[in-house]
Amino acid sequence: MVYLTRRYRFCAGHRLHNEALTSEENRRIYGKCNNPQGHGHNYVLEVTVTGTIDPTTGMVCDLSMLDAIVTKEVLEPFDHKNLNLDVESFRHRVPTTENLSIEIFELLRKRLEGQGNGERVRLARVRLAETEANFVTYEREENLAKRI
Amino acid sequence: MVYVTRRAEFSASHFYHSPNLTPEENRRIFGKCNNPLGHGHNYTVEVTVAGPVNPTTGMVLDLKEVKALVEQEVLQRMDHKFLNKEVPAFASKLPTTENIAVEIWNWLAPKLLFGKLHQIRVYETPDLYADYYGE
Repeated sequence: MVYLTRRYRFCAGHRLHNEALTSEENRRIYGKCNNPQGHGHNYVLEVTVTGTIDPTTGMVCDLSMLDAIVTKEVLEPFDHKNLNLDVESFRHRVPTTENLSIEIFELLRKRLEGQGNGERVRLARVRLAETEANFVTYEREENLAKRI
Repeated sequence: MVYVTRRAEFSASHFYHSPNLTPEENRRIFGKCNNPLGHGHNYTVEVTVAGPVNPTTGMVLDLKEVKALVEQEVLQRMDHKFLNKEVPAFASKLPTTENIAVEIWNWLAPKLLFGKLHQIRVYETPDLYADYYGE
C-alpha cells in the first residue's frame, strides 16, 4: 500500500460569520476574519490517495485523472471565488479551513471512488493550508493507527 | 516513541514505458513521461526511523549511520543515473515515485541496525510525493 500525494493551489475570499451568533459574538470569536467585506488567502491543497501499485503502470493512480477530478470538483468552483457567496455549500456554513477540508474530502471521495477504479484507489487524506502557518488535515480514521 | 527523519537529495533521469502496453497506450497513459530519451528530476527522499530515546545519548539512533546508509544504498545507486537503464531494480519495473519509495524501503529496512524504519517519502517534485510504510 503506497500513499501518493499531489499538491494544488487556489486563491479565494471568505468571511467567517455564523448567522446563529450575535454580531458581538461573531466579532469576539472570529476577530478580524469577521470583517463584513471579507478577505482572501492563497490556499494550498494536498490530496493523498492510497492503493496497491498497478504492476503494468507502476502507479497507484492515474495522475491526469486525479488532476481532472480536483480541477472540476475543487479548483473550478473555488479558485478566485468568494466562498461564502459563490459556493452553494457555504452559503449557510462558515467557510473555515476545517469545513473546507471536510467539504473537499467528500467532493473528491465521491468522484474518485466512483471512477471504476474505486476498489483500487481510495482517498486517504486531504490537507488544506490557509496560510503557511495554519493547516488542517482531514483523513480516514484507519490511517491514524499506523501513521504519524 | 520518537520519529526521526533524515532528508537526502538525488538527481536522476527516467521515462515510463510498459512492454505490456501498446505504443499508443503507453503514450496515452504516460503522456510526456513516455519520451524514450528520458527526462529528469531532483528527487528528495525522507527516511523516518521510529524508536525510544536512548537515555544516555538522548538520541533514537546515530544519525550518521542513517546518513551513511542512505549514501551507500540510495545515493550511490541512483544519483546522476538513468534509472531505467542503470538501476537493476528498474530494468523490469517502472521507476515511478511509488516504486522508488518501495525499493528504497527494501534496500534500507534490512540494514538498519537500530530503531525501526517507519516511513519512506520520495518527492519527485515539491508537488508530488509517495509514502510507503513497508506494507
